Amino acid sequence: MGSFFSYVRRNPALGWGLGILVFLLLFSYGGRILINPEDAFALATKTDLPPTLDREALAKIGEMPTLKGKLDQLRLGLREVFGTDSQGKSLLASIVLGTGLTLQIGAIAGAIGIGIGTVLGFFSGYYAGTVFDNIVTSLVDVVLTMPGFLVLVLIASSVADPDNMTVVTMGLVVSVTAWAFPTRAIRSQVLSMRQRPFVMMAKLSAMSGPEIILKELMPNLLPYLVMSLANSVYGGVMGSLGLQGLGIGDRRQPYLGMIIWWIQYYSAFLRGMWWWILEPVIIIILLLTGLILISFGLDEIANPRTRRSV
Amino acid sequence: MRLGYVLRRLVFLLGVIWTAATLNFLLPRLAPRDPVMQKVAQQAATQGLRGEGFAEYVQSQKELYGLDRPLWVQYVDYLWGIVRFDLGYSITNYPTTVNQIIAQSVWWTIGLVGTSTVFAFVIGTVLGALLGWNKSPRLMSALIPPLMVFSATPAFVLALILIYFLAFRAQLFPLSRPYSLFITVDWSNAKFLLDVLHHAVLPALSLILVSLGSWSLGMRAMMVTVEGDDYMTFAEAKGLTGGRLFFQYALRNALLPQVTGLAVAIGSLVAGSTLVEVYFNYPGLGNRLGAAIASFDYYLISGIVFFLIAGIAVATFLVDMLYPLLDPRISYARGT
Amino acid sequence: MNQPILKIVDLRVYYHVEAGAVKAVDGVDLDLQPGVKLGLVGESGSGKSTMALALMRMIKEPGKIEGGQMILDGTDLMTLNTEQMRHVRLSQLSMIPQGAMNSLHPLLRIEDQIIDGIRDHDRTLTKAELHERAGILLESVELTRRVGRMYPHELSGGMKQRACMAIAISMHPQLIIADEPTSALDVVIQRQVMETLDRLQVELDLSIILIGHDMGLMAQFVDRLAVMYAGRLMELGDTLALFEEPLHGYTQMLIESLPVLENKGVFTGIPGITPSLLDVPPGCVFHTRCPEATQECREIVPAFRELRPGHWVACHRHGVVEA
Repeated sequence: MGSFFSYVRRNPALGWGLGILVFLLLFSYGGRILINPEDAFALATKTDLPPTLDREALAKIGEMPTLKGKLDQLRLGLREVFGTDSQGKSLLASIVLGTGLTLQIGAIAGAIGIGIGTVLGFFSGYYAGTVFDNIVTSLVDVVLTMPGFLVLVLIASSVADPDNMTVVTMGLVVSVTAWAFPTRAIRSQVLSMRQRPFVMMAKLSAMSGPEIILKELMPNLLPYLVMSLANSVYGGVMGSLGLQGLGIGDRRQPYLGMIIWWIQYYSAFLRGMWWWILEPVIIIILLLTGLILISFGLDEIANPRTRRSV
Repeated sequence: MRLGYVLRRLVFLLGVIWTAATLNFLLPRLAPRDPVMQKVAQQAATQGLRGEGFAEYVQSQKELYGLDRPLWVQYVDYLWGIVRFDLGYSITNYPTTVNQIIAQSVWWTIGLVGTSTVFAFVIGTVLGALLGWNKSPRLMSALIPPLMVFSATPAFVLALILIYFLAFRAQLFPLSRPYSLFITVDWSNAKFLLDVLHHAVLPALSLILVSLGSWSLGMRAMMVTVEGDDYMTFAEAKGLTGGRLFFQYALRNALLPQVTGLAVAIGSLVAGSTLVEVYFNYPGLGNRLGAAIASFDYYLISGIVFFLIAGIAVATFLVDMLYPLLDPRISYARGT
Repeated sequence: MNQPILKIVDLRVYYHVEAGAVKAVDGVDLDLQPGVKLGLVGESGSGKSTMALALMRMIKEPGKIEGGQMILDGTDLMTLNTEQMRHVRLSQLSMIPQGAMNSLHPLLRIEDQIIDGIRDHDRTLTKAELHERAGILLESVELTRRVGRMYPHELSGGMKQRACMAIAISMHPQLIIADEPTSALDVVIQRQVMETLDRLQVELDLSIILIGHDMGLMAQFVDRLAVMYAGRLMELGDTLALFEEPLHGYTQMLIESLPVLENKGVFTGIPGITPSLLDVPPGCVFHTRCPEATQECREIVPAFRELRPGHWVACHRHGVVEA
């Protein structure tokens, strides 16, 4: 564990990235204590309030006999601390829940992206030149040439029923393009590793293809795989934010991108509602920057050539 | 050798276009929603419902759009339409054709995306090269964190910040629209052009900053890699001037892999511009797409998405054609 | 005796890493007369390539020339500023690189790469003159003028190496450092390239420092030979003298390790491994592998002194001398 921390000190990108991610996880899951989930929906409270503390409610915490009572008062007091939007949603509740939803979507996209990407990437790379490989590569090339977002827009607006899109569905939709880049990246790594002596040795010792992939290639590419995972998650989050920003998805749910869509819908700018605008933007930037830092940091491990330190 | 390369890229281009066309055909039709019913419902809401003849009306609408015929017939017609550049009628804006709608909005998008790509690429590349050059002042690395944040953020989110600070608070730039509300549209008038430019700054800036972030970081990484190459050592041993080492030797070599990213960058800029246009109420393709999604106008959605995908595929093809001109090794190597 | 074209005095190059200072070159003294071919031989890690880079003043962080003088034709290179040193490179002191495969700019034509070096030193020449000069240079390394219009990837290994040689002689320098110019080539091409280099040396009256690890090659090509080990010089003398009577144990073992026609199948190596330059052993740096090491060898660093005229050695076997 100690060596992990000393490494992180030398790789500031990874350190900061992980730090930010941990913070956001705490914020979205730990922060649930501070909110009442129903407040993230319309008409929870007064509309268009700038950030305010309900001091009266907070003052009553002492009066409550039970822990639950105290917690409820706390939540009441903090309800408007991030302000509210034009539909009366508590922005604190919305953002806390929204961050969680976004992380979930990212996780789904990441898992599927890396799951499919690894399988296809390893097998097509190892069996390069075969029909299987040619099909996979052509598919990947075509998918990558098309701007993923537009494909997502198409899928999301047609196949799914937007008004009832669940987190899982959105995650799945976003995954449709998430697998392509990891497949190509992993495949090219496998191609370069295939010719290395240790692989030849494995072949000579009568290891089967899948065995070689599992026991020899995968462990060596582990840092690279983790980096691809980070990239898939990042891509998934970006895609979902884009879709939500266009209003595609269940608009009642407090998705981060959806909050932004509502900003545009209610002309928050013209009405000077700075809290409504800045809060989700800051969280989004934090989340994406954190993911990119992790990816950057992992890139240093996976590709030592770009390391600057001796 | 050269011809083989061109042919392969051409075949690929056609493959992408066909896939895009097919996807664009199938996906909307797999939806549980029915555009005709949607439109009829909308008409009913605005114009009132007529009890009788309702079914016949719906049927006639379906016939009008060719939606009553079997799927494969529609597919063939669709493909044939594409070949003739005919994308059909927009359901919600009938009788305007999809082509007309695209024609009205495409120039705004090209203008926005085109200038943003050029600026971002040029500034980003030079900035990245300077950041990666070991003889640059150390202070420059302070630029890296903000660049990283820019590259991570989606364009429309950055747009929100820009709108908030520069348009709303500082009131330096307009909040939305391509040109002022009460100005006369006259493309030969300098005052009008200036107004257009003034309105274009924020949308373009959001796209440029985001793209700049990725270009510069990528270029920086390439410069670091290139600096370690043997030809840099020999070049320095030749006593070449610092300027020549930087531009001719380091930058030029680091630039090549970046150019391959140009096509992808155009693709992501187009995607980014979709949202930016919606938020700035900029009358480009993205904006029309947003509206089409809201009213579920299949043909329009299909048409615009197809047009964008095909456009990017063609741009990718052109960049691929450009590449051998920059790198003499390519035309001689088969399969590269 | 003329003035030496190159005089190195107590050159030290250290690399500063987290664990300490790696002493890549630790006190080297060397004189080179004009028109002489000097070979610098040693194992990997002996510091010979670092010497080459140091002479060109191209040592990069975390390395640094800690001390010493490098006097080229009367001027101490250490006293020059960046621009002056840049000018010295190619016009007075040039280098033939090790990996010619990758030493040429992949996207420029050969003649353009010859010309840009000249141009950055002499702005007075016209395009036509430069083009002509490039043509002559190519011919002098036995390449046709047509090669000038070609790109590096179109040339073979031997041709690329010759192109690098053409660049190295383009401004008629006084001293050329050839850093293992033939290591990456096969034996036949090796010979051709070395013959070309030999001929050029005579025609242009060049002084050459040939760096390598191949004793056989050295024996055939250089007039004087310097043996380097763990950042220091062990022995320096005329090639013939060194081979006939090697004064240092390491030189002896290097010569003995050469395969001999009569003794087929019998290979001798040198036992042990090069010490870490981070943690250099006390006394004579070779004592850990020398079969004749004594207590003095383990404690006292032998001085590098001229035992016979023109023949220098650092070894206690020839009398204990304080460094």
